Amino acid sequence: MIATQINRPGTLSWFAGHEFSLFWRDFMRMMSAGKPGRERRVYIAIFTAAALLHLLAYGMLRPALEAGIVADKTSFVVITGTMALIFSLMMSQALEMVTRVFYARSDLDLILSSPTSIKRLFAVRVGTIAVSTTMLSLLIFAPAINVLVWFDGPQWLAGYPLLFCLGFVVTSLSLAITIALFNTVGAKRTRTIAQIVAAIVGASFIIGIQLAAISSIGSISRIEFFTSTQVQELVPNMDSFVWLPARALMGEVSSILLMTIGSLGIIAVSIRVFSDKFGERVLAASSFSGATTVQKSHASLFKRRSVSAHLRHKEWRLLLRDHWLISQTLMQILYLLPPAFMLWQGFGGAGVLDVVVVPVLVMATGQLAGGLAWLAISGEDAPDLVSTAPIAPSAIVRAKVEAVLGAIFMVTSPILMVLFYMDVRLALIATTHILIAAASATLVQLWFKTQAERSNFRRRQTSSKVATFAEAFSSILWAGTAGLVAVGSWFAVIPALLAITVLLIARSFRSRES
Amino acid sequence: MKKALSVRGLFKTFDRPAVNDLNLEVRAGEFYALLGPNGAGKTTSLRMVSGLLGPDAGSISIFDIDTKKDPIAAKAITAWVSDEPMIYDRLTPFEYLDFVAGLWNIPPEQARVKSTELLEWLQLAPHGHERCEGFSKGMRQKVALAGALVHDPKLIILDEPLTGLDAGSARLVKDVLQKRVADGCTVIMTTHILEVAERMADRIGVIADGRLIAEGTLDELSKAAGDNGGNLEEIFLSLVAESSEQIADAA
Repeated sequence: MIATQINRPGTLSWFAGHEFSLFWRDFMRMMSAGKPGRERRVYIAIFTAAALLHLLAYGMLRPALEAGIVADKTSFVVITGTMALIFSLMMSQALEMVTRVFYARSDLDLILSSPTSIKRLFAVRVGTIAVSTTMLSLLIFAPAINVLVWFDGPQWLAGYPLLFCLGFVVTSLSLAITIALFNTVGAKRTRTIAQIVAAIVGASFIIGIQLAAISSIGSISRIEFFTSTQVQELVPNMDSFVWLPARALMGEVSSILLMTIGSLGIIAVSIRVFSDKFGERVLAASSFSGATTVQKSHASLFKRRSVSAHLRHKEWRLLLRDHWLISQTLMQILYLLPPAFMLWQGFGGAGVLDVVVVPVLVMATGQLAGGLAWLAISGEDAPDLVSTAPIAPSAIVRAKVEAVLGAIFMVTSPILMVLFYMDVRLALIATTHILIAAASATLVQLWFKTQAERSNFRRRQTSSKVATFAEAFSSILWAGTAGLVAVGSWFAVIPALLAITVLLIARSFRSRES
Repeated sequence: MKKALSVRGLFKTFDRPAVNDLNLEVRAGEFYALLGPNGAGKTTSLRMVSGLLGPDAGSISIFDIDTKKDPIAAKAITAWVSDEPMIYDRLTPFEYLDFVAGLWNIPPEQARVKSTELLEWLQLAPHGHERCEGFSKGMRQKVALAGALVHDPKLIILDEPLTGLDAGSARLVKDVLQKRVADGCTVIMTTHILEVAERMADRIGVIADGRLIAEGTLDELSKAAGDNGGNLEEIFLSLVAESSEQIADAA
């Protein structure tokens, strides 16, 4: 009887079941790259990754565990700072998900045209966002919670409900921001602005802390900053309300209850308040998707250019008009701000340029190049047109690679110019390694080329896990090489050789997959 | 008569044979319709002719240019339009045509005049500077067709170009293609709309199970089907059924 009630079509639980099954299939498709029969491998991969993350968490927490964690002001500052960091990352994630609820068409036409309650659908979708945002952060932070529980006591189990509380609050805030954008800038601009806000929110806290650390204590380390005397003197006393999340995480029952009741109340009120006009807003968003955008400037049309220049020009034009790309790469570009700030502050003499600025630049640009290369190579919207054009395939590839490297040059050149002004040797090292990292990421994308829509940019990792890991590891290893070359160490040979090995392995996988 | 397309012993196998010893000749300046049931190998054959797929065996010549020996020269005089118009959502029709003209190395002034003329002809001029992302299927198909015509190809290959078009757009596309043929261009088109093939094509080829089972004018096909006086639909169904029976018998 109860089961029948739960499964009755149109009920909240029925919608939730439908959403969960879609979410699970989506997740498995993402993990198995859409290839059937790989479920077992996915479970093994998840288990292995979880074990590695636990080891990593242990390595990071060991100094604190050995010193003993006590409920003092320093612990409160470190815990609250870390939770603020988690909050900003979750907020970024939730904002992007909420935007998709309004703009992604998928099954909305079907559901909105059916005689079911839109409010229930809205409640379930919002709940799904809260849970999936929390699950994503659990993937990263659960190992740390488990290590703390294992070595310091069960009070740290409070981390689990606390992450759910954060999930409820960030989802409610994201809803409020999206609705406010709908009301102020309209449906046409909301999506783009929300994505930019998501990127800025995601990066703002960590960058803000790094900038504050650089200017106050001359270091980029967050922990050093949180435990510094300057910060300890600035923060409120131990009995302040500000430390409620920290007290809850350290196992204070009343704080946990307060946080749980508060966050549940916030999300319930949000759903109640914002569900009324959900249908109207979805319709507004869908009518925008058919709207026209007129290009006012025609000056660059029909100019005499080489075929390669035409291809490069087209790629750059499409990159500049790609609002998904802007939001996805904005965070990577924002992470270049602290090194840029270090340059501006004149940290050259402090030995920070070689150890921090050069590797960060190399890694960020390697990652950026991977994304841009995917868009230019796999995200080609008119592959038939380009393939039937009277041009050698090698010329097409060359032009696309040039377009990617050109875009990288445009992004990095302001920082490199300052670096050249400050230290020519380091600037040359950075430039060389940026080129190598960008070329490596582009090569990986060339080897694992697939035909995909540009709108799938967020999920580009799903087509090949080998390509994803190769791209990430080569960027990290080239960044390490650059750092070691910058400090004049012969050990630079090790990460360089490892990077080449990663690329060779990726290439051999490409041969097997093709 | 000069041959626009000559296909000899073409084979292509995916998980099963898609094109199986296809031999086909299309004369210069003719409108050739290629018919066949779903999965007969029409699109695969034409994708190989356009250089989008490599054949397992066989040869293809476009105006006596061997596509394997000199693919660039063959592509320079050919245009391909697929059933699903692949254009750039974030480019305007003018920007798209500018890009296509660049790929085919058309002088800018000539490209500008030609693009304006084509967009007016296809009734897209008022939308020439709007991004294609909001366009209907018909408008997108017309942009793709303009792209195929901007470099004045000698051979135009179209795969189901009328699918999903409204009556007005379909008429416009048909008029454009007939005008091209009248001007000496060769058109090869696949379609499931048999009335279109019946009214527009000089010759019709019927393909089934990856090979050409009949070819000729409507009268010639009618004779081949042993069904004098029937319309193309009856002839087509009879030819395909006969071919299926022969294959079943051989098996």
